[in-house]
Amino acid sequence: MILLRNVHKSFGAQKVLDGLDLDIPDGKITAIIGPSGEGKSVLLKHLIGLLQPDSGAVEVDGESILDVRRSELNRIREKFGMLFQNVALFDSMTVFENVAFPLQEKTSLSKDEIRGRVLSALEDVGLKNIENKFPDELSGGMKKRVGLARAVVLNPKIILFDEPTTGLDPIIKRAIHQLIKDTHAKFGFTAVIVSHEIPEIFDVAQNVAMLFRGKILQYGTPDEIINSTDPAIRQFISGSLDGPIQMV
Amino acid sequence: MVQALGHTTIKMVREMGRLGWFMLYSLYMIVRRPGSLVHVLKQIRFIGTKSLFVIVLTAGFTGMVLGLQGYYTLTKFGSEGMLGAAVALSLIRELGPVLAALMVTGRAGSAITAEIGIMRITEQIDALETMALDPFKYLVTPKFIAAMISLPLLCAIFDVIGIYGGWLVGVKLLGVNPGAYFYEMEKAVVWRDVYSGMMKSLSFGVIIAWIGCYKGYYAGHGAEGVSKATTESVVLTSVIILVWDYFLTSVLL
Repeated sequence: MILLRNVHKSFGAQKVLDGLDLDIPDGKITAIIGPSGEGKSVLLKHLIGLLQPDSGAVEVDGESILDVRRSELNRIREKFGMLFQNVALFDSMTVFENVAFPLQEKTSLSKDEIRGRVLSALEDVGLKNIENKFPDELSGGMKKRVGLARAVVLNPKIILFDEPTTGLDPIIKRAIHQLIKDTHAKFGFTAVIVSHEIPEIFDVAQNVAMLFRGKILQYGTPDEIINSTDPAIRQFISGSLDGPIQMV
Repeated sequence: MVQALGHTTIKMVREMGRLGWFMLYSLYMIVRRPGSLVHVLKQIRFIGTKSLFVIVLTAGFTGMVLGLQGYYTLTKFGSEGMLGAAVALSLIRELGPVLAALMVTGRAGSAITAEIGIMRITEQIDALETMALDPFKYLVTPKFIAAMISLPLLCAIFDVIGIYGGWLVGVKLLGVNPGAYFYEMEKAVVWRDVYSGMMKSLSFGVIIAWIGCYKGYYAGHGAEGVSKATTESVVLTSVIILVWDYFLTSVLL
């Protein structure tokens, strides 16, 4: 369970999170939706301690991740995997080395065992015979899948997805969403997905939180969000230009 | 006006504090978790081996210029036999460490900043953090160790090539007695000169890795942020090397 309480975060004069409260339940896929520039990625980075709030509380399984020693934070971070918006593969390493890296650094597995785990993780995301390629040689969709393989290879308890399908064509988008659902069904991790993909995300997530003006405007099942009477949520789902959400 | 001055002062003090913390944490990490030998060897290859060509080239011409200028000055006092001593002392005590460090700053220091800066803006450093790994262990400490090993070695090569550059001009072109060139050099150069040169180049190695890594680690946004960080890194490293050289010379003299 990840808990955020009264979280405030500003960058200079710009207030991004303004007293945000959110509970993310174990073993479920929770989507965070909201207009661009509302701080969804900022919120995601707070969950793993990449950003620290100006005030408020962030807890993972009952343990605060704020103002703790680096070794403590790293111990908590070992529960996490993360797929970045730009994937963040190590560009000087091959696909194999990228996926093998967490195994080499965090486990005492033999070379053969690591090879087996890496190839199996790549196969799980539908990739074969690309392990010697460098990230620059891959398409956007392939990079996302390698990123997903790297995120799941240590079987983390929680995986954070930062806009996993942005910039991909509709077929690859669907494939990535299906992959997230399949890997979730297989490993049972807690997933938090930041996404703009309306309405596809409602098929993937079990809970949805709408972020607006630094707070969670509504949290509920996809049906509850789809049937919400809140004008901002209705405008966001319908993509209308008229409503409380103003284009920046 | 006063507010702007105060704001700039606070920013500068904060930057200096962060710079100091970066150095201390890097040295702490060298002791605690120096990183793998493979990473260090890769960096020695990058900072040291790949700088050899530019070092040999600049050392050769620096020695040759010293030979010319030294000969011109010494003939005025009728002591051109001292040319070897003059060239060697200038190189070993001062020009070898400083010029080698400035060359490495231009070639490797800028590349260190660009590499780490690109990793910062493409979230590769964040990716390391999310894997519960300390980025310093992979990106910073191997470069510190490699620079501390490479710089004194490059400096030694610079000195030797420079001395032979001076010999080429002084002895082969201008007719200085070859025996006198090396005899006077042996007589004039003492262990303390070599020691001070090596100490300088060791500390310059630390400065190159320190500023190069720091500027990349805290690079701003986008391509412009990395390009600005790279320029600042080269300028700041060069200035600190020259200022530190003065202080070190006044202590070691």
